[in-house]
Amino acid sequence: MKIVTICGAGIGSSGILKVNAERVLRKLGVEATVIAADIASVKQVAADAQVILTSNEFVEAIGKTNASVIVIENYFDTAELSTKLEGALG
Amino acid sequence: MTLPPLPESAIVIAAEAADWRAAVTLAGEALARSGAARVGYSGEMIRMIEEHGPYVVIAPGLALAHARPGPEVLADGLSIVTLAEPVDFGHPYNDPVSVVLGLAVRTSSEHLAAVAAVANVFNDSSAIADLAAATSADEVQRIMGAVEV
Repeated sequence: MKIVTICGAGIGSSGILKVNAERVLRKLGVEATVIAADIASVKQVAADAQVILTSNEFVEAIGKTNASVIVIENYFDTAELSTKLEGALG
Repeated sequence: MTLPPLPESAIVIAAEAADWRAAVTLAGEALARSGAARVGYSGEMIRMIEEHGPYVVIAPGLALAHARPGPEVLADGLSIVTLAEPVDFGHPYNDPVSVVLGLAVRTSSEHLAAVAAVANVFNDSSAIADLAAATSADEVQRIMGAVEV
Protein backbone atom coordinates (compact mmCIF):
# COMPACT_ATOMS: atom_id res chain seq x y z
CA MET A 1 0.00 0.00 0.00
CA LYS A 2 1.32 3.40 -0.93
CA ILE A 3 -0.06 6.63 0.48
CA VAL A 4 1.10 10.10 -0.60
CA THR A 5 0.59 13.31 1.38
CA ILE A 6 0.57 16.47 -0.71
CA CYS A 7 1.20 20.13 0.15
CA GLY A 8 2.65 23.17 -1.57
CA ALA A 9 6.28 22.77 -0.57
CA GLY A 10 6.50 19.06 0.21
CA ILE A 11 7.66 19.96 3.71
CA GLY A 12 5.76 21.19 6.74
CA SER A 13 2.11 20.37 6.29
CA SER A 14 2.60 17.25 4.18
CA GLY A 15 5.24 16.11 6.66
CA ILE A 16 2.84 16.48 9.57
CA LEU A 17 0.20 14.58 7.64
CA LYS A 18 2.72 11.81 6.91
CA VAL A 19 3.76 11.48 10.54
CA ASN A 20 0.18 11.37 11.81
CA ALA A 21 -0.99 9.03 9.01
CA GLU A 22 1.80 6.60 9.94
CA ARG A 23 0.67 6.70 13.57
CA VAL A 24 -2.93 5.98 12.60
CA LEU A 25 -1.98 3.21 10.16
CA ARG A 26 0.09 1.52 12.84
CA LYS A 27 -2.93 1.57 15.16
CA LEU A 28 -5.14 0.19 12.38
CA GLY A 29 -2.58 -2.51 11.67
CA VAL A 30 -2.21 -1.43 8.03
CA GLU A 31 1.14 -1.89 6.28
CA ALA A 32 1.79 1.16 4.12
CA THR A 33 4.52 3.42 2.83
CA VAL A 34 3.67 7.08 3.33
CA ILE A 35 5.51 9.67 1.23
CA ALA A 36 5.33 13.45 1.64
CA ALA A 37 5.58 15.34 -1.64
CA ASP A 38 4.84 18.73 -3.17
CA ILE A 39 2.00 19.38 -5.55
CA ALA A 40 4.40 19.86 -8.47
CA SER A 41 5.53 16.23 -8.24
CA VAL A 42 2.16 14.61 -7.52
CA LYS A 43 1.82 13.03 -10.98
CA GLN A 44 5.10 11.07 -10.65
CA VAL A 45 5.03 10.34 -6.92
CA ALA A 46 1.37 9.33 -6.73
CA ALA A 47 1.20 7.39 -10.02
CA ASP A 48 1.10 4.05 -8.17
CA ALA A 49 -0.46 5.28 -4.91
CA GLN A 50 -3.74 3.98 -3.52
CA VAL A 51 -4.49 7.01 -1.39
CA ILE A 52 -3.63 10.72 -1.53
CA LEU A 53 -4.05 12.75 1.67
CA THR A 54 -4.21 16.51 1.22
CA SER A 55 -6.03 19.80 1.85
CA ASN A 56 -9.05 21.06 0.02
CA GLU A 57 -6.85 23.59 -1.83
CA PHE A 58 -4.96 20.91 -3.78
CA VAL A 59 -7.81 18.68 -4.96
CA GLU A 60 -8.25 20.52 -8.25
CA ALA A 61 -4.51 20.61 -8.98
CA ILE A 62 -4.16 16.87 -8.25
CA GLY A 63 -6.75 16.30 -10.94
CA LYS A 64 -7.51 12.90 -12.44
CA THR A 65 -5.89 10.04 -10.54
CA ASN A 66 -6.52 6.38 -9.77
CA ALA A 67 -5.88 7.04 -6.07
CA SER A 68 -8.59 7.92 -3.58
CA VAL A 69 -8.13 11.60 -2.75
CA ILE A 70 -8.95 12.30 0.90
CA VAL A 71 -9.27 15.87 2.20
CA ILE A 72 -8.12 16.30 5.79
CA GLU A 73 -9.50 19.29 7.70
CA ASN A 74 -7.60 19.08 10.98
CA TYR A 75 -4.11 17.64 10.47
CA PHE A 76 -3.68 16.95 14.18
CA ASP A 77 -6.98 15.14 14.67
CA THR A 78 -5.94 11.50 14.48
CA ALA A 79 -9.60 10.45 14.93
CA GLU A 80 -10.52 12.26 11.69
CA LEU A 81 -7.54 10.70 9.91
CA SER A 82 -8.42 7.26 11.23
CA THR A 83 -12.08 7.45 10.17
CA LYS A 84 -11.25 8.74 6.69
CA LEU A 85 -8.41 6.28 6.11
CA GLU A 86 -10.56 3.36 7.24
CA GLY A 87 -13.28 4.50 4.86
CA ALA A 88 -10.87 4.72 1.92
CA LEU A 89 -9.17 1.41 2.65
CA GLY A 90 -12.52 -0.36 2.97
CA MET B 1 12.46 13.67 17.68
CA THR B 2 13.66 17.14 18.48
CA LEU B 3 11.73 20.33 18.06
CA PRO B 4 13.58 22.94 15.98
CA PRO B 5 15.09 25.66 18.19
CA LEU B 6 12.47 28.02 19.63
CA PRO B 7 14.39 30.73 21.52
CA GLU B 8 12.65 33.60 23.29
CA SER B 9 13.57 35.93 20.40
CA ALA B 10 11.38 33.83 18.09
CA ILE B 11 8.25 34.19 20.24
CA VAL B 12 5.78 37.08 20.00
CA ILE B 13 2.82 37.22 22.38
CA ALA B 14 -0.51 38.95 21.68
CA ALA B 15 0.72 40.65 18.51
CA GLU B 16 -1.41 43.05 16.50
CA ALA B 17 -1.83 41.92 12.88
CA ALA B 18 -4.28 43.55 10.47
CA ASP B 19 -4.51 40.54 8.18
CA TRP B 20 -2.93 37.15 7.42
CA ARG B 21 -0.03 38.70 5.51
CA ALA B 22 0.90 40.81 8.53
CA ALA B 23 0.63 37.75 10.77
CA VAL B 24 2.90 35.65 8.52
CA THR B 25 5.34 38.57 8.26
CA LEU B 26 5.60 38.67 12.07
CA ALA B 27 6.40 34.93 12.10
CA GLY B 28 9.11 35.53 9.46
CA GLU B 29 10.58 38.47 11.36
CA ALA B 30 10.73 36.29 14.47
CA LEU B 31 12.69 33.63 12.51
CA ALA B 32 15.05 36.38 11.32
CA ARG B 33 15.56 37.61 14.90
CA SER B 34 16.48 34.13 16.09
CA GLY B 35 18.92 33.66 13.20
CA ALA B 36 16.97 30.88 11.47
CA ALA B 37 16.16 32.84 8.31
CA ARG B 38 16.86 36.02 6.37
CA VAL B 39 14.14 38.68 6.33
CA GLY B 40 13.18 37.62 2.80
CA TYR B 41 11.78 34.36 4.16
CA SER B 42 8.55 36.17 5.16
CA GLY B 43 7.88 36.96 1.52
CA GLU B 44 8.52 33.34 0.52
CA MET B 45 6.03 32.09 3.10
CA ILE B 46 3.45 34.60 1.87
CA ARG B 47 4.03 33.55 -1.75
CA MET B 48 3.36 29.90 -0.86
CA ILE B 49 -0.08 30.91 0.42
CA GLU B 50 -0.77 33.24 -2.51
CA GLU B 51 0.15 30.44 -4.90
CA HIS B 52 -1.57 27.49 -3.24
CA GLY B 53 -4.22 28.98 -0.97
CA PRO B 54 -4.66 28.93 2.80
CA TYR B 55 -3.79 25.25 3.22
CA VAL B 56 -1.21 26.18 5.87
CA VAL B 57 -4.11 26.57 8.31
CA ILE B 58 -3.78 22.91 9.22
CA ALA B 59 -5.96 22.88 12.34
CA PRO B 60 -8.65 25.12 13.85
CA GLY B 61 -6.94 28.38 14.86
CA LEU B 62 -3.43 27.34 13.78
CA ALA B 63 -1.37 28.28 10.73
CA LEU B 64 1.92 26.52 9.97
CA ALA B 65 3.65 29.12 7.81
CA HIS B 66 6.62 27.77 5.87
CA ALA B 67 8.40 27.86 2.55
CA ARG B 68 10.87 25.58 0.85
CA PRO B 69 14.46 25.15 1.99
CA GLY B 70 16.62 27.68 0.14
CA PRO B 71 19.07 30.55 0.49
CA GLU B 72 16.69 32.47 2.77
CA VAL B 73 16.96 29.70 5.39
CA LEU B 74 20.04 29.94 7.61
CA ALA B 75 19.26 27.23 10.18
CA ASP B 76 16.40 25.01 11.27
CA GLY B 77 14.07 27.00 13.45
CA LEU B 78 10.59 27.59 14.72
CA SER B 79 8.81 30.81 15.62
CA ILE B 80 5.48 31.34 17.34
CA VAL B 81 3.27 34.40 17.07
CA THR B 82 0.04 34.61 19.06
CA LEU B 83 -2.44 37.21 17.90
CA ALA B 84 -4.36 39.65 20.09
CA GLU B 85 -7.19 39.49 17.55
CA PRO B 86 -7.49 36.37 15.37
CA VAL B 87 -7.26 36.89 11.59
CA ASP B 88 -8.91 35.03 8.72
CA PHE B 89 -6.74 33.24 6.15
CA GLY B 90 -9.73 32.30 3.98
CA HIS B 91 -9.64 28.64 5.05
CA PRO B 92 -12.91 26.71 4.61
CA TYR B 93 -12.85 25.00 8.02
CA ASN B 94 -10.12 26.30 10.32
CA ASP B 95 -10.44 30.13 10.43
CA PRO B 96 -9.92 32.35 12.32
CA VAL B 97 -6.26 31.90 13.21
CA SER B 98 -4.93 32.93 16.60
CA VAL B 99 -1.56 31.12 16.55
CA VAL B 100 0.97 31.30 13.69
CA LEU B 101 3.93 28.92 13.66
CA GLY B 102 6.82 29.85 11.39
CA LEU B 103 8.94 26.93 10.28
CA ALA B 104 12.31 27.09 8.53
CA VAL B 105 14.17 23.92 7.56
CA ARG B 106 17.48 23.65 5.72
CA THR B 107 16.80 20.42 3.85
CA SER B 108 13.69 18.53 2.88
CA SER B 109 15.14 15.21 3.95
CA GLU B 110 15.86 16.37 7.49
CA HIS B 111 12.58 18.11 8.12
CA LEU B 112 10.51 15.07 9.06
CA ALA B 113 12.02 14.69 12.52
CA ALA B 114 11.27 18.35 13.15
CA VAL B 115 7.63 18.17 12.04
CA ALA B 116 7.16 14.90 13.93
CA ALA B 117 8.11 16.78 17.08
CA VAL B 118 5.65 19.56 16.16
CA ALA B 119 2.95 16.94 15.55
CA ASN B 120 3.65 15.43 18.98
CA VAL B 121 2.89 18.75 20.66
CA PHE B 122 -0.32 19.42 18.73
CA ASN B 123 -1.77 15.92 18.86
CA ASP B 124 -2.70 17.14 22.34
CA SER B 125 -5.88 18.95 21.32
CA SER B 126 -5.57 21.59 24.04
CA ALA B 127 -2.19 22.88 22.80
CA ILE B 128 -3.55 25.49 20.38
CA ALA B 129 -5.89 27.06 22.96
CA ASP B 130 -3.11 26.94 25.57
CA LEU B 131 -0.71 28.75 23.21
CA ALA B 132 -3.33 31.34 22.25
CA ALA B 133 -3.86 32.08 25.96
CA ALA B 134 -0.15 32.11 26.90
CA THR B 135 1.06 35.36 28.45
CA SER B 136 4.83 34.86 28.31
CA ALA B 137 7.52 33.34 26.10
CA ASP B 138 8.36 31.00 28.98
CA GLU B 139 4.86 29.63 28.93
CA VAL B 140 4.97 29.11 25.16
CA GLN B 141 8.25 27.22 25.47
CA ARG B 142 6.79 25.10 28.24
CA ILE B 143 3.71 24.20 26.15
CA MET B 144 5.92 23.38 23.17
CA GLY B 145 8.31 21.38 25.35
CA ALA B 146 11.08 23.46 23.81
CA VAL B 147 14.58 23.48 25.21
CA GLU B 148 15.97 26.99 25.68
CA VAL B 149 18.91 27.65 23.37
